[in-house]
Amino acid sequence: MRNIKTVYLRELKFFFNSPMAYIFLVIFSLINGYFFTNTFFLINQSDLRSLFSIVPLVFLFFVPAVTMGLIAWEKNSGTIELISTLPVKDTEFVVGKYLSGLTLILVGMAFSLVHFTTLLVVGTNIDVGAVICGYFGIVLLGAFYSAIGTFASSVTDNQVVAFIIGITVVIVFFLLDKVLIFVPAGFSGILQYISVEYHLSNISRGVIDSRNIIYFGSMIWLFLSLTTRVVEIRKWR
Amino acid sequence: MIRIEGLVKHYGDVKAVRGINFEVNDGEILGFLGANGAGKSTTLKIMTSFLSPTAGNVYVNDLNILDHSLEIRKQIGYLPELNPLYTDMRVYDLLEFVAKIRGITGKSFKQAMAKVVEQCGLEGVVHKQVSALSKGYKQRLGLATAIIHDPKILILDEPVTGLDPNQIVEIRELIKELGREKMVIISSHILQEIEVTVDRIVIIHDGSIVADGTRDELMAGFLGKTQLTLEIKNASEVSLGKLSSEIEDVSVVRIEPVHGNHFVVMEYDKHHDPRETIFNLAKSENWVLLEMNPKKTQLEDIFRKLTLKGGAHA
Repeated sequence: MRNIKTVYLRELKFFFNSPMAYIFLVIFSLINGYFFTNTFFLINQSDLRSLFSIVPLVFLFFVPAVTMGLIAWEKNSGTIELISTLPVKDTEFVVGKYLSGLTLILVGMAFSLVHFTTLLVVGTNIDVGAVICGYFGIVLLGAFYSAIGTFASSVTDNQVVAFIIGITVVIVFFLLDKVLIFVPAGFSGILQYISVEYHLSNISRGVIDSRNIIYFGSMIWLFLSLTTRVVEIRKWR
Repeated sequence: MIRIEGLVKHYGDVKAVRGINFEVNDGEILGFLGANGAGKSTTLKIMTSFLSPTAGNVYVNDLNILDHSLEIRKQIGYLPELNPLYTDMRVYDLLEFVAKIRGITGKSFKQAMAKVVEQCGLEGVVHKQVSALSKGYKQRLGLATAIIHDPKILILDEPVTGLDPNQIVEIRELIKELGREKMVIISSHILQEIEVTVDRIVIIHDGSIVADGTRDELMAGFLGKTQLTLEIKNASEVSLGKLSSEIEDVSVVRIEPVHGNHFVVMEYDKHHDPRETIFNLAKSENWVLLEMNPKKTQLEDIFRKLTLKGGAHA
């Protein structure tokens, strides 16, 4: 546990000591702000629905961008030799890295709370429950995509390649829901269950079902354990 | 004690290490020598759990690298060849990071920190960014990260390569000092760099161990014939023939006339030193002996002989 924290804090410092984190946060907030204010002023709607519908699209690119360097950079600069000859378990290393990437994404989301505050101050008939559910779904989505991004970062020492792999895998999960009509009926049930949209829409509708939480939990677990395996395999090649 | 047993490492088709065995005793400074690409770094990387062996095992006391990697890593301090450091951190933060992972915090961290900063001469750069350090300072910092937990075993992969002569002397002194209480393994591809520092030398060539012993043992084992160069005045070619006919166990390699004198190169077995006989012969023949110079075999010669291409597997 202590090692996870040490790896995690180092990585966070790395983010915030470089322009990367700030660029990410500013652009992310600008995009969120644009979509929020659009409906807020133009349509006079006091909810965050349009924000919650755009964030999954933004995440498609942003999460792989944030996570692409997590492990690939260590491999590229050789510091993986420093960290992996210290008494740190591969799991601790992977989880620490993952959590730091996830934290940056959550900080980005936290900035959007300013829109929620605006709603509370000037809006009427605000459905607080829907907003909380919306945020809950987004957090789970960010956690899932971060796990995919961490995995993508572990399979290569090139950040650009990690980014492309990350986007590809994320988009596959995102689009699965949209191709259901093209697959045989028996198959579509399974695909639908795997697709992220199915679970996310449940949650943002306000239905927090254990099935959806188990889905996100097990997907995160799957990708993080795959990452750990990849980190281990490097030694045997 | 470290025991390496039948260690093999293949990278795809490349056989980097072909089944090596050797032991390192506590308190010993071992020089691990080999040309570039001989398998030194690979062996050290396996010992430090960065790579896993294709076959064989490494034992540290009663632990082995396959089952007890984490425990072994706790006991080892390692300075990799390329000395990778987190360049985005400050020197202090990097040392603190490594110390934390080593479980050193609070008061014991302050003590350990003060000790390594002094030992490695990092006083002036503690608050500098790692990326701003010179190569010499980076090397010292790498060493500091390797010894901050006061490990029993210290593994240094080419610690002095690329340093200037003054820095080499400094690092060498530091290693000697550390070696008083620790087992130290230093690798190098340049013999002189470590010859004076180490207690024992293991030479690896093409993935196999070709020599293992103290400096003197290696010298004794490989000491062939000693070459003797003579410069003689007032001698005729005919009378010089007596050098081979009247002295036992020597062979004259060549005789060259130079400016009226003669240069003679001969070889002798180290147990049959002919120098006294040659002197007496010169006296009786009325030669003037201007020079008599035995060329001692250097460790360097042995190293070159062992690690020339094809040396081990020819």
